[in-house]
Amino acid sequence: MEKIYPEYKDRCKLIKTSPEKVSFLLKYSQSLNIVKHKKFTFENNLN
Amino acid sequence: MELQIEDSILVRDYISGDEMALEKLILKHNQRLSSFIYSKVLNRDITEDIFQDTFIKVIKTLKKGNYSEEGKFLPWVMRIAHNLIIDHFRRNKRMPRFEGSEDFNIFSVLGDDKLNAEKQLIKDQIDSDLTMLIEELPDDQKEVLMMRIYRDMSFKEISENTGVSINTALGRMRYALINLRKIIEKNNIVLTN
Repeated sequence: MEKIYPEYKDRCKLIKTSPEKVSFLLKYSQSLNIVKHKKFTFENNLN
Repeated sequence: MELQIEDSILVRDYISGDEMALEKLILKHNQRLSSFIYSKVLNRDITEDIFQDTFIKVIKTLKKGNYSEEGKFLPWVMRIAHNLIIDHFRRNKRMPRFEGSEDFNIFSVLGDDKLNAEKQLIKDQIDSDLTMLIEELPDDQKEVLMMRIYRDMSFKEISENTGVSINTALGRMRYALINLRKIIEKNNIVLTN
């Protein structure tokens, strides 16, 4: 039976983003504060 | 078997202020989303950047209250990632980037006309030495040489400026150069880079 191989093997690779990136996103979310005033929306990053 | 919480519940909890819900969402879809991005860009670093940018948009939209739950959280996130991938390729097309390898260095064909620091120092020294040598010339020859070389004047302009004929100006320039060479030879000065 003819074996079929993908032309680009790497396209089928399963990868995950690093834990550091995930940690950054969580911290970003915790620091993000949205303030709405009339028709304006302000994004603040609180330290 | 681990119980998978529905995306809609996690999104609702996150919007209500539960940051843990975001972590569960990210971890749940990490592999799927990262693999999807990687299959397009084929670069780990770019994959991580696009993954980050995707979720930053997700976080902002959810926190602003601009997300309407229709049971399609993952397709929505994938669409954001897809658009960011397109933006990435458009940017790269406008500004093509060349990455060298061990076998080939682009700077072997691309030259840099600027002098390096050492050569620039030598050139500055030569210019300084030449200025001092020119001071040794007779005034009329020095005047013509300075006008010709440093002020880029034509001999017609020099003759009008100095009140002499063009031939006289030409002659003074010729003698200026001859005398400069004599001074250089006499004092064994080296003026090359």
